[in-house]
Amino acid sequence: MTREEAFERVINVFREVLDDDSIVLTDETVADDVDGWDSFEHINLIVAIEEEFGFKFPMGKIVTMKNVGEMIDIILVSGK
Amino acid sequence: MKELEYPFDSEYVLKKKKSLKRELLARENVTYLEKKVAVLGGCTTQNITLMLELFLLNYGIKPVFYESEYNKYYEDGMFPNPELEAFHPDIIYLCTCNRNITEYPNMADSRETVDGLLKKEYDKYCGLWDHIRDTYHCIMIQNNFEYPFFRLMGNKDASDYHGRVNFITRLNCLFYEYAQEHQDLLICDINYLSASYGLEKWSDPYYWHMYKYATAVPAIPYLSFNIANIIKSVYGKNKKVLNLDLDNTLWGGIVGDDGAETIEIGQEAALAQTYSEFQEYIKLHKQLGVLLTINSKNDEKNALAGLTRPDSVLHAEDFAKIKANWDPKSMNLSATAAELNLLPESFVFVDDNPAERAIIESQHPGTAVPAMESVETYIKTLDKAGYFEVTSLSADDLKRTEMYAENAKREQAQAAFTNYEEYLQSLEMKGEIQGFIPMYMSRIAQLTNKSNQFNLTTKRYSQAEIEEVAADEKHVTLYGKLGDKFGDNGVVSVVIGRIDGADQDELHMELWIMSCRVLKRDMEFAMMDELVEKARKAGIRKLVGYYYPTAKNAMVKDFYGLLGFTKVSEDEEGNAVWEYVIPTEYEKKQHVIAVNEALD
Repeated sequence: MTREEAFERVINVFREVLDDDSIVLTDETVADDVDGWDSFEHINLIVAIEEEFGFKFPMGKIVTMKNVGEMIDIILVSGK
Repeated sequence: MKELEYPFDSEYVLKKKKSLKRELLARENVTYLEKKVAVLGGCTTQNITLMLELFLLNYGIKPVFYESEYNKYYEDGMFPNPELEAFHPDIIYLCTCNRNITEYPNMADSRETVDGLLKKEYDKYCGLWDHIRDTYHCIMIQNNFEYPFFRLMGNKDASDYHGRVNFITRLNCLFYEYAQEHQDLLICDINYLSASYGLEKWSDPYYWHMYKYATAVPAIPYLSFNIANIIKSVYGKNKKVLNLDLDNTLWGGIVGDDGAETIEIGQEAALAQTYSEFQEYIKLHKQLGVLLTINSKNDEKNALAGLTRPDSVLHAEDFAKIKANWDPKSMNLSATAAELNLLPESFVFVDDNPAERAIIESQHPGTAVPAMESVETYIKTLDKAGYFEVTSLSADDLKRTEMYAENAKREQAQAAFTNYEEYLQSLEMKGEIQGFIPMYMSRIAQLTNKSNQFNLTTKRYSQAEIEEVAADEKHVTLYGKLGDKFGDNGVVSVVIGRIDGADQDELHMELWIMSCRVLKRDMEFAMMDELVEKARKAGIRKLVGYYYPTAKNAMVKDFYGLLGFTKVSEDEEGNAVWEYVIPTEYEKKQHVIAVNEALD
């Protein structure tokens, strides 16, 4: 899986969960940049990404993840 | 909506919750029952509530929610709470988990100390339930406790009173005893649910520590589905009939081709045993008052030959109706529904053939059509769908199949008469019609929630509301019980009127319902006669009747006209108001039912 492919799949998950087809993500995107990405939807985004890539984020990683780029880094290592 | 029926894809439902909700609300011709649900949680409840909303909408119930702050279930329920009081909940759901248990036994504790801890924990909930009952008069749904996800002593945790498994088991039993004594407390069995889902996955500590969810997020749709099943059962939206195929559904093989002696049923072979176990499961439903019917493409004699085998668990007399013919199954289903005075949406169609299922799905959109795929999964497929979730079991439910058998005898008797009134006379009917009495409160409430067709206003009442109305002197209430020489139909009609008007001499009919099983027996006229008498005694001069049309109650559109009321208004939607001025000389409208004779 290339970084671009991972990005594309993550963007699709965000669009589905937040029900907003206009969402665009970059390495630097953080929760504040995306409408509807609040602490509640964060849980659902994580669960949906875990389901999409067939792995579970280790707790330690989730709490230190700073932006979408770091999320993609973890996915590229552990995701399918 | 297929996506929300068992077996649903929980991840999909979670991910698509927003678009699913939009689709649900965009459905046409759905009349929703609106209910206020307060979710008081000992854990995060946001996703639980959102999922619950989807499953309830799918059942035709539109919920409005009140949600407590995280872990404020006790404070919210127990202490003065103007916001919750103003909300007037119909249902309070107490979403607690074993993480909310205040204190577990210590290894050094004596038996007395542990008993004390148990009592303290139980008393906390018991006090909360009693307080909620007194303050909110609503239905309570209470989670029991799931097993702990670790066992300090291993196996002994279950049998030793110091063990958490043991402690939770005992606590759960105390909850059940309370529930058995109080009909308004319903247990949401997360202990079973978590076991069925897999306790390890259900109690994944990750979700607790990250988000304070006691239930793993992917398991939440199962929890919410379970709660929705309880709620739809309370409001009379259970299914009532199993409509069963025969070949490769109730037995293996094709009876018409293979012959009754070679079909797979009985205890001789693995496959035969599996079909037998399924037949046993189906037969058990009679104990819940679920009607069994057959819908099979077969010559009737072949179908009956299969059911006559001595090793068949089910026999012809177990079924309320048998349709074994070559008509389309959708027609058979309609005919069976009409004969039983029920609607196709009360049916669960059970057939191994996907093509037959697809036809029923398109012809009868309200009928449940579970995907019966392989015989060893049949029981699971029906059982987990929650079609017949029991929240109260009345004496009526226990003998329903019997009542339908009695009806068949009445039909035979009718054939001997050319004059209908003579036939009615021959039934030797006895009615009991009077104001609500405690013995029947639960049946009366159940009837107000189950009756759809002979129902003028489709107003639903909880048992607490029925009790309130019965005690209120501004209301006139009547229940009607009907029996005859063939058997007792139990409570079949309920009428509620509210005294109003400047001179308090008008009776506004808030509810008039009758069970369709006693249609054309003049019971509605007997109710009218008693109502007039009782109203007159209360100083009433005029009865005011209301008809509010729904998709199902067209049969009573002109009911008040039939009783001699005059229509005074009707709006574009068909909502009508009728009036009846009680004459000085009221002539009784029915002469075939002996009313209240046993009582005098």
